[in-house]
Amino acid sequence: MRITINDKECWANPGETILTLAEREGIKIPTLCYLKGLSPTGSCRICVVEVEGQRNLVPSCAFPVYEGMKIKTNSPKVRRARKTIIELLIANHPQDCLFCVRNGNCELQSLAAEYGVQSLRYQGERRVRKQDVASPSILRDPEKCILCGRCVRICHEVQNVGAIDIVERGFKSYITPAFNNSLNTIPCVFCGQCVVNCPVGALSEKSHEKIVWNAINDPKKHVVVQVAPAVRVALGEEFGMEPGTVVTGKIVSALRRIGFDTVFDTNFSADLTIMEEATELLGRLNNGGVLPMLTSCSPGWIKYIEHFYPDCLKNLSTCKSPHEMQGALIKSYYAEKKKINPADIFVVSIMPCTAKKYEAQRPELGEDYQDVDAVLTTRELARMIKNAGIDFNKLNDDYFDDPLGESTGAAVIFGSAGGVMEAALRTAHYTLTGREMDNIDFRPVRGLEGVKEAEININGTCLRIAAVNGLKNIDHFLDQIKDGNSSYHFIEVMACPGGCINGGGQPLPSDPEKTEKRMQAIYKIDRELPKRGSHQNESVQRLYKEFLGEPNSHKAHELLHTHYLRRDIE
Amino acid sequence: MDTKQIYEKYPANDPSILIPILQEIQETEGYLSEEEMQKVAGFTRLPVSRVYGVATFYNQFRLQPLGEYVIRVCRGTACHVKGSLDVLTTLENELGIKAGETTKDLKFSLETVACIGACSIAPVISINDEYHGHLTVKKIQKLLASFRKKTKED
Ligand code: SF4
Ligand code: SF4
Ligand code: SF4
Ligand code: FES
Repeated sequence: MRITINDKECWANPGETILTLAEREGIKIPTLCYLKGLSPTGSCRICVVEVEGQRNLVPSCAFPVYEGMKIKTNSPKVRRARKTIIELLIANHPQDCLFCVRNGNCELQSLAAEYGVQSLRYQGERRVRKQDVASPSILRDPEKCILCGRCVRICHEVQNVGAIDIVERGFKSYITPAFNNSLNTIPCVFCGQCVVNCPVGALSEKSHEKIVWNAINDPKKHVVVQVAPAVRVALGEEFGMEPGTVVTGKIVSALRRIGFDTVFDTNFSADLTIMEEATELLGRLNNGGVLPMLTSCSPGWIKYIEHFYPDCLKNLSTCKSPHEMQGALIKSYYAEKKKINPADIFVVSIMPCTAKKYEAQRPELGEDYQDVDAVLTTRELARMIKNAGIDFNKLNDDYFDDPLGESTGAAVIFGSAGGVMEAALRTAHYTLTGREMDNIDFRPVRGLEGVKEAEININGTCLRIAAVNGLKNIDHFLDQIKDGNSSYHFIEVMACPGGCINGGGQPLPSDPEKTEKRMQAIYKIDRELPKRGSHQNESVQRLYKEFLGEPNSHKAHELLHTHYLRRDIE
Repeated sequence: MDTKQIYEKYPANDPSILIPILQEIQETEGYLSEEEMQKVAGFTRLPVSRVYGVATFYNQFRLQPLGEYVIRVCRGTACHVKGSLDVLTTLENELGIKAGETTKDLKFSLETVACIGACSIAPVISINDEYHGHLTVKKIQKLLASFRKKTKED
């Protein structure tokens, strides 16, 4: 289709919208309510353009192209209309930028700058609304909400939770859980997908920065930090680097400069998780245990199944998530080795995830002490690095401490959807056959699609597996389990679309292209490591020899495994 | 009252029945309780946040039970000209609630209606279908006092 856009002729695909065409042509059109991958609602109208022959401006995110169309995306009329929308939004918005978490990374702020809004033309009644600060993961500040509806659509259409919705109408409308409840008392799974899709400061993580600084400044505390796999391929973005830049060594340097006493790698426990989980799977296969086994390292997913499919809890692996295992070991194995009283140890996890904040305070995770004391998102770590006056881009690489610092390629791929499955297969194959897989790269479970399935034959045992990400996609599998006709042996589930690389604690805003680049970086790290199977991690082997005995031993169960609860939907 | 028969009339797991079933529950119960909205959510397989969103979007739905005395303020043209807005604000101030709400003790509900056809005695209100016209601030206060007493005696 031949189309003229801003006096330039170009070719468009039938059925596509003006917005996708403009993007391809390198023309920037602002959007607010539009979400890539979901059907457009056309509600905010910030994306309007002029089309010859149309009396009114049309929303480009929802308007399909047609043969001979003539479009102007930046005419004075268009700019005026957009500016008015922005001014109306600001008139009903607290002018709080200086004290806002999103200062400097806010879509409303950038729009105001791009459209030259320099004074308040409209003034009137502003709505006053209470913050929701009760949940352990997410903070809601409805006064800053511009009602774009992105959080609602993500929560309903992608995560299938439907925790929040828009209520009332017109000027009175706002976003809330049913009956104005707090996120804390409803089946919100704390995945944070609403946060990474919010254009402004209306949604953010519950910050742990202060308690971490306090622990660091307390001379009696031995503060141990650990870093999740997905953080190392994303943190650089907060310092202007390209998505997918690997900054592992710089993170270690930064953490030492901030003042952490010991810097460990959650990847160590990812390898350990695989040893435990692969053993558990083989045990279930050999002893007629409950199948399919479902992975258990995504706390948002755990909360989802506890609320919505409690009948399937027996299918969950009993393994704690890696950073919880690591926390338990820091306060036992490491404390013994270093002769430190575990009560004086403060464990901090740097995670791409908001649900891990909630997970860390689950009472069943930690016997005498909470396994993990504080969880920082990738974004919070970036803020702490800035607070500490560190020039991140100039840091040299440094290395993780022993004994919980070594890891293999199997561990780092935990960060990407399908990675836990691939890592488990590498070790299951080795355990069953005594040799590595012919092709270590198990591609059928890689990529960002929501559901990936495969069959794999190991030593005569045919395993049917699936890797699922984005909670909407799991219902189908859980319904099968409930009805007793699931033919799978092992299913990996990650709450967030794309897995941890696109977690609710990652640099904002969420964007499929960035996620793709982070994923490439994860597999690049794996590819370049000499050891790529968790069973090859020597520190993990030493841990079993010196401390745990063998995978799934009594002691391993005590420290590294857990149980789950039925929760009401209400 | 029981809403069980209402659910039996509708197909389960069908989101498209949301509005009709809410209407029917309100007709039977007088309002939509949290409990019923939770039930409807389970029945239609919609998240309860969506049920609540729809229930608050439409003015026809009431989320609180009606009071013992339902006061309806006529906001038709004739009454408007004769100062029905003052009548409404007086009532709102006296009762401490806004139109569409019910007092905490469940005695009074306040609503506005379009013309109730008693223009000759404008401005007019109805209390449980009994008309009171030619209202002034004083008259309203008296009226409320008498109804408050009535409730106490019962
Ligand atoms: S949300 Fe954006 S515009 Fe609003 S106060 Fe925060 S930074 Fe400023
Ligand atoms: S955290 Fe997840 S489940 Fe909770 S409201 Fe946000 S998107 Fe929905
Ligand atoms: S909370 Fe954020 S994402 Fe949700 S409607 Fe408001 S501005 Fe949009
Ligand atoms: S982005 Fe197109 S209408 Fe909102």
